[in-house]
Order: sequence, then structure tokens, then C-alpha cells
Amino acid sequence: MTVTTPPSTYAQPGQPGAAVQFEARYDHFIGGEYVAPASGKYFENPSPVNGKPFTEVARGNAQDVDRAVEAAWRAFDSWKRTTITERSIILNKIADRMEANLEMLAVAETWDNGKPIRESLAADVPLAIDHFRYFAGAIRAQEGSTGEIDGDTVAYHFHEPLGVVGQIIPWNFPLLMAVWKLAPALAAGNCVVLKPAEQTPASIHVFMDLIKDLLPAGVLNIVNGFGVEAGAPLASHPNIRKIAFTGETTTGRLIMQMASENLIPVTLELGGKSPNVFFADVADEQDDFYDKALEGFSFFNLNSGEVCTCPSRALVQQSIYDQFTADGIERVKKVKQGDPLSLDTMIGAQASNDQLEKILSYMDIGKQEGATLLLGGDRADLGGDLTDGYYVNPTIFEGRNSMRIFQEEIFGPVLSLTSFSDYDDAIKIANDTLYGLGAGVWSRNGAQLYRAGRDIQAGRVWSNTYHQYPAGAAFGGYKQSGIGRENHKMMLDHYQQTKNLLVSYADGPMGFF
Amino acid sequence: METAAKEVRVVPADPAPAPEAVALPSRVDVSAEAAAFLVDLTAEHGPLMFHQSGGCCDGSSPMCYPVGFFRVGAVDVHLGDLHVDGLDPIEVYMSRSQFEYWKWTHLTIDVVAGRGAGFSVESPEGRRFLIRSRMLDDAEQAALGLVPGS
Repeated sequence: MTVTTPPSTYAQPGQPGAAVQFEARYDHFIGGEYVAPASGKYFENPSPVNGKPFTEVARGNAQDVDRAVEAAWRAFDSWKRTTITERSIILNKIADRMEANLEMLAVAETWDNGKPIRESLAADVPLAIDHFRYFAGAIRAQEGSTGEIDGDTVAYHFHEPLGVVGQIIPWNFPLLMAVWKLAPALAAGNCVVLKPAEQTPASIHVFMDLIKDLLPAGVLNIVNGFGVEAGAPLASHPNIRKIAFTGETTTGRLIMQMASENLIPVTLELGGKSPNVFFADVADEQDDFYDKALEGFSFFNLNSGEVCTCPSRALVQQSIYDQFTADGIERVKKVKQGDPLSLDTMIGAQASNDQLEKILSYMDIGKQEGATLLLGGDRADLGGDLTDGYYVNPTIFEGRNSMRIFQEEIFGPVLSLTSFSDYDDAIKIANDTLYGLGAGVWSRNGAQLYRAGRDIQAGRVWSNTYHQYPAGAAFGGYKQSGIGRENHKMMLDHYQQTKNLLVSYADGPMGFF
Repeated sequence: METAAKEVRVVPADPAPAPEAVALPSRVDVSAEAAAFLVDLTAEHGPLMFHQSGGCCDGSSPMCYPVGFFRVGAVDVHLGDLHVDGLDPIEVYMSRSQFEYWKWTHLTIDVVAGRGAGFSVESPEGRRFLIRSRMLDDAEQAALGLVPGS
């Protein structure tokens, strides 16, 4: 057995020795094969690492979506008849294939999205692999039910797949968010038409190319393109049985409007403005737990802040505010920014130029609103080949919860920091938001930790931890953060119909007629 | 479709009526570059409108749609219209709940290089609409009824 040491910096795709080499062009993947776009048009895909295009991708339209939906229905006839065991084995094989090619997928993800390679290697890809394994197991263990209505009447409940489903994927975790939707959908026996984000259309094709021999043709179809040209025709397609979307509120509403015309279910994950609450007893000791809490304070830098649950509002109890925030800021100063392909880089690039511009516009409004800039506040120029990449310095503003920088998801490494007086004040501020996707609570007092977790109106409250995403924990939003859940075996419900057979074993008539 | 769009467009009211029947300060504006871009987009897509988004990913971005594509409703505030030479006024909306947090700011719709998501019409052009914000000044806040007692 040879032991290989990972390089300190991975070679860029296109360079000799790179863990992944992208194709010069990606077509759609429909019906088990690569298919040129109906329009004949392609769009360039730049890497956020250096701002330079590295491949071109099919510019899909309604015709391509039609073709993919048709291919998916053709595949569904046989896919729905596969046994659960067969589907489970396929999902496990996909996971194994991904695991054997983890570095390739991780480098592809970093190059497409800009995230640090240590996150792709340690989080994005391993979580995606585990997600397939989780649903491979969950579907094996799922059972219908029988109900004895009376001595001669029995209600049988069976799970059946919905059919062909549409899935629209965001750009912040291109592979992981795709897998969150794909694994339960495929496990449950559905066929999928998937539309990747136009900012990050490439890594999913590296994945597809890697696993395409494991799935029957047409079970998974990928149509690339822009939202208005490919996403909207998919979301409004009369022959899909469900649409799943991760993104923002206006598009979420639009997708619901389209789904209402077709009378199909939607699941939506629309983001948040997650509070991260630090109670005073966190600072009772200068121990490992205090260190853990400071890491929790710094977690807004994960994935350059481009996380729907970014803990972008820190609420710190007044009695420890000065010391804790000073220690927290020192911790954030140690966040190393650099080449996303270097293993010691802790924060990489923002995913796109417009995302960079939006973050800078929020820094501007934060200053105008009178928030105090404690750290960062500007674009970072990393020089050399990276000078045109989309980098932002970790930023901390101190202000009030009513400010726009406390209310809107900036989707960058920007923390809005404020204080609270007591428990009730903490809960009031934490819940003063339109959203309720994630939250964090930190306390050494178990009862306080529990009560705060129950009182905060959010679908996921990390308690003495943050940013863990195990497949077995339900994830989804309260309030305007969305509808439905992802992860956990309950996710299967979002991709299944319930078939009830109501059976009479009585020998004679009921007696009505 | 066209009729339906016109029907729903009567719903929103001005969010904060001023006490006097004088012209209210504008809440929205458009940069010269974005205005020129809107002329091109209108030629391709027909009359357009904006709805300001919130939330994840491309949240906080203004979404630009053909009129009638997105159904505005009673939950939305009509922030005002963009006036671009040669085009009908372009209506700008935001959800009422979001407006509660945004009401202190004046918004200018600008455009930058980029690749927006959502179903906004401009993203295939390699450009993305972006909101520039400034705080309303004291006189504007008073005129818009945002100052208690004004």
C-alpha cells in the first residue's frame, strides 16, 4: 500500500497534474447521453478563483427541458419497478465511486465555486457521499403500514414515487445541494430533471460523467442554462410532479405561482439571517468550551459566508460583550485568506462577480446606516494570478438589529454584531427577522440552552455547535425561509405519494342498497 | 395574461401616505447604465417590472420580469416607478414585510457585470441588476411620514 501525502496546493485544472481536467464544453445530459442544446448556444463559465473562463456550457431552453422531461418519463416506467434493494445498491455504488474520486470532485467544486479546498475535501464531498449512503439505508428500512379498520376491513398504505420531478440547484454548494435533492428523489424511485445554477454549472458534470454508467438512461437528466430560459420552463412544466428549489424569496414565490397552475407540490429553501446567541456563562472559564464558542463566532466565514444558514448575526450578552467580542475578533483575524486550492486557506473566493458587488454594496449601506466597522469592510486583492478573483476581507459590523445589514442575507463573510441584556431580550432580537432557517445558541447551562433552542423560531437550532450538516438531521425553514425539509428520512415524504388500498374481506354486502 | 397582469397591478397602495397632497420624494431611481440596458431588454421581452427579492443566494437582488410574469399581490408595496426615456413607467415592488426593514432607504437600480440567478430576464446578457442604497435624509423621511409626529 502506498501512502500519498496531499499537496499543500492542488494544481489548477488545466495544469499538468491537476486532480480534474474539465472538458472544453459541456452539453446537457439527457436520456443517458450528452445532447447539444436546441439553440446551439453555449455560455462561458469563469472560475471565481481567478475570474477566467475555463469551460463553456450548454445554454438550455424550453425545448431542451421538454426533451429531458420526456426522457425522464420514458425511464420512469422501468425505474419505478426496480426493487428498493436495487436502488439502494445503486446509491451505494454512486457513493463508493465518489469516495474513490474525492479529490477530483473536491478540486472541481473549488474551481467552479471558489470555496477553499479544505472545505470541499472535508465537508462538501464527504457529506454528499454520506447523503447517498444515508438514503440508500433509509429507503431499505422504510415500510408502509397496515391498519385494521374493523374485523373485515384493512387499510394498506404503500409508498409510491411521484414520477418525474424538477430540481433547481443553487450555486453555493453545487454538488452537495444537488445531492441533498437527488439522493432522496432517486431512492424513492423518481426520475429527475436537474437544473444547476448558471454560476456553477461545471462540477455537477464532473460528477455526472463519473457516475453515469451506474444509473439507467434517463433517470437523472441535467439541463444547463439560465433561470429565465431553462429554470422557468422546468418549474412551469406541465409534466413534472414536483418542483424543488433552493434560492431566494421572489423566485420562491414565482415557483409557487407556477406550481399552483399545475397543482403540484413544491419544496422551497429560501435562506435566512441566522442569529448566533452567546450567553454570558460561555465566558465562565477560559477553557476548551470557550475556544469552541469563539470558533462558533468565526463560523460566518465558512464558504465565504455563502451559506443559507450563515451565522451572520452575533448576539452577545452585555456582561461579557467587550471581552468576548475582542477575543472573537482576534480569532477572526486568524482566518487565513488565500488561494482556494491551498490546503491552509480558510476563506476563498465569492462565487461570482455580482455576488462580490452585492457584498460591497452592503458594506456601503452598513456604513451609511451608522454601523461601526470593527474589521475588514473591503475587497481583497490577492495579487498575481488571483488578482481578478472575487475576494472579500472578513468583515464585522457593530450595530442594531433594525439595520438592513442585520436583516438581509448578505451572503458574504460579513458579521453583524450586537448585544442583549437578558434571556428575553436575546430571544426577542433573535426572532426579529423575516426568516427562520438556522440559529446558534451557546451556553454552559443545559436548561437555558434547551429553552432558547425551543423559543427561537428556526428550523435548525445548533446548540453549542454550528454548521454541522449530518444527513440524519432535518433541515428547513420557519417563516419566510421556506417550505418543507431536507435531510433526514422524513425527506422521503416529499418525494412520495401515499397509496391507500382499502380492502374489504367481508363475505356479504354493506347493506345500503 | 395581459388582462390578469393589469388587474393585479391595481392592488398595491403607496406605503406611507404623506399628510399633504404634495409630490412625495421618490423611493426608487435607475442609473443611466441600467436605464439604457432596460431599453434593450424591453425591446426583447416587452414591458418590464421589478420585484425586490430577499433571502438566500441571489436574495437582496432586484428581479426583472416581463409584466404579468410575476403576480404581485396585497403583500407587496409599490415603491414607485422607474422613468426611462421611450419606455412606459417601470413599476418596482417589494414585499410589505421586507419593506418594514427597508423603508429608511432610497434604492437605485444599477447594473454590474455578472451572472445573476433566479428568473430575472437580464442574466443571459452577462449583466446583473444590483441595488444601490442610500439613507433617506431627514426631509425625505418627514415627507414620507416616517418621522413620528411629522
